[in-house]
Amino acid sequence: MDYGNSDKSGRRRKLTVIMTKKEVLSHLPYQEPFLFVDGLTNLDQNSVCGHYTFKADALFYQGHFKNSPVTPGVLLTECCAQIGLVCLGIYLLDQQMDLVAVTNLKIAMSRSQMDFYLPVLPGEKVTVKSEKEYFRFNKLKCKVKLFNAEDRLVCKGILEGMFKSNADEK
Amino acid sequence: MQEERYQKLKTIVSTYLPDDLSPMDIQPESNFIEELNINSANLVDIVLDVEDTFDIMLENEDMDGMQTVSDALNIIDKKIADK
Repeated sequence: MDYGNSDKSGRRRKLTVIMTKKEVLSHLPYQEPFLFVDGLTNLDQNSVCGHYTFKADALFYQGHFKNSPVTPGVLLTECCAQIGLVCLGIYLLDQQMDLVAVTNLKIAMSRSQMDFYLPVLPGEKVTVKSEKEYFRFNKLKCKVKLFNAEDRLVCKGILEGMFKSNADEK
Repeated sequence: MQEERYQKLKTIVSTYLPDDLSPMDIQPESNFIEELNINSANLVDIVLDVEDTFDIMLENEDMDGMQTVSDALNIIDKKIADK
């Protein structure tokens, strides 16, 4: 439980408990067909773990590849970013700012560096584990790993994103 | 002393310059984002490197006031003086 009050910078902190996993999900700025998070199983100051099942009938499988559907690497990266960066970022931002700021969230991926090891086929469930390297000046840097249902490593890498709130604009 | 800090800062900033700019383009009045084409994420990297190099800590307010190379230098000088 965190009943924080004004922090050092004088920024107003909300007088409430820390966000639950469900609340974090409700603040995600995505929707179908570009939501790649089904749920979170762990969330704390330094890490997050979540999962997503790629829909077997998703449109992109018709083109990637012709007659041989495989989940595009950019979407595996996106899945890692939505769970590993954005969910964790919302959780961390919420502890710095009030809810208005989190609601007016603007985000941007600033760097991605990924290595891929295994393909993900239509309908496969994947799990993303992310560890915070740092969160400073609204920039979150994380080490991410994505595993398949057999718990084998599919891809891993480093992702960085910037978080900005409209409420911050002067 | 200040010249030494300026050279160290230039070395840090050079790391994050896009390919079409050279370290020669860094001037005291250069605006990081407008003139040196450094994005806001790399500006954070610069601040973190500055903290390590000069053994200082910067706050959000310092970041907001860091528009140009000389702004950064002034903040560094102030932080070192306050140590």
